[in-house]
Amino acid sequence: MAVLIDLVLLAMLALTALRIIFLKDLFAVVMLFSIYSFLSALIFVSLDAVDVAFTEASVGAGISTVLMLVTLVLTGRTEKENPHSSLLPLVVVLVTGAALIYGTLDMPPFGDANNPVHQHVAPRYIEESPKEVGLPNMVTSVLASYRGFDTLGETAVVFSAAIGVLALLGVRRRDDEGTKENFKVAEDPSPDEDFTAHHVLRVVAKLIIPLVILFALYVQFHGDFGPGGGFQAGVIAAAAFILYALVFGLRLCYEVVSPKFLQIMAALGVLLYAGVGLFSMMKGGQFLDYNQLAADPIAGQHYGIIIIELGVGITVFAVMLSIFYAFASQVGRPNAK
Amino acid sequence: MLVMDIISSILLIAGVFFGLSGAIGLFRFPDFFTRVHAASVTDSIAALFIVSGLLLQTSFDLNTAKLLFILLFLMITSPTASHALAKSARHGGLLTLAEKKQDQKEPN
Repeated sequence: MAVLIDLVLLAMLALTALRIIFLKDLFAVVMLFSIYSFLSALIFVSLDAVDVAFTEASVGAGISTVLMLVTLVLTGRTEKENPHSSLLPLVVVLVTGAALIYGTLDMPPFGDANNPVHQHVAPRYIEESPKEVGLPNMVTSVLASYRGFDTLGETAVVFSAAIGVLALLGVRRRDDEGTKENFKVAEDPSPDEDFTAHHVLRVVAKLIIPLVILFALYVQFHGDFGPGGGFQAGVIAAAAFILYALVFGLRLCYEVVSPKFLQIMAALGVLLYAGVGLFSMMKGGQFLDYNQLAADPIAGQHYGIIIIELGVGITVFAVMLSIFYAFASQVGRPNAK
Repeated sequence: MLVMDIISSILLIAGVFFGLSGAIGLFRFPDFFTRVHAASVTDSIAALFIVSGLLLQTSFDLNTAKLLFILLFLMITSPTASHALAKSARHGGLLTLAEKKQDQKEPN
């Protein structure tokens, strides 16, 4: 039964991918990408990788869809005709694909308990992590403690993504070069009559946003015990503010969370993470050795993981919202499109 | 327990029925607004039945509360999504079937 479900989901994934290739309407392509992410999330659930599924659903299907839609507003919704011949790319793809399929012949059998991946470090994590780290959610133990340095790298990657986007686009603010008139269009594409007409959306958004932020906090601090953690929580919190910006206009959202504040927050999250590492060095351990943070090693692990997850959450939240600001503030620019 | 299982199966089957009919409607209905109607049937009533069916399968613990929250969220968000879709289509100037017919008659 599980194999059947996997096969059906994989087939739907392949169909979605094929449809994406042949569609010229980019709006539909973005929607299909979102469906693609949800399908991958379902496959991860069926593989019992709920943490990854959670991330895929919130990042892949949630935030990236919104960011791509905002990009479409800037670029237009139909794909340009490509004048080049597609013969050479086809050959490259076929050769690469054939090499990959040839490579799968050497792969160990699917789901076999004797596979190297199940024999290498996994048994050690499963046996030792309850004693060494003491978290019920082993994924968080691996992600935040055993592989803490890798996760620091991931957080730095997210942070540098924000630096890249802001360096290229920047966030247009009230006192920027554009006149106030321009900015009004930029922030609030729905003038007064539309604004009052969005009654249902505004009421529902007011109802939903606090709950979404509460859920983000739950995901943030419950990551030690169940699926969740900083990455998902940051994205969910950012989604709440993006919803606010979409329904009430960007100007009001700037007043709640200003772009400058977000830039500081994004740096602060990475700093908090690296600071825990440096602090444990100062205490006489190695970089990110949480055992040194408290007298009891297990308690130290708990402190360390909570703090670095908070750092991850803050950075991811600030980066996602900054990128949205950067894109959304370009919408009304005179030379856009 | 058996009674619970029977009620839960009935709810699940009803949910699947509405989900399927919504999907068929999405493909077969003639214009955008009727299709939104079909899609919102899947969103609201099918989800309601399926989650209630699942509620009866739990042993009334934390999972029940989580499912209730999901139900509450779906009840708020999915009608809003359908509303926003239909409203923005209307805003973009899309006519309903009846209005289109009237438009065609008037010139004659």
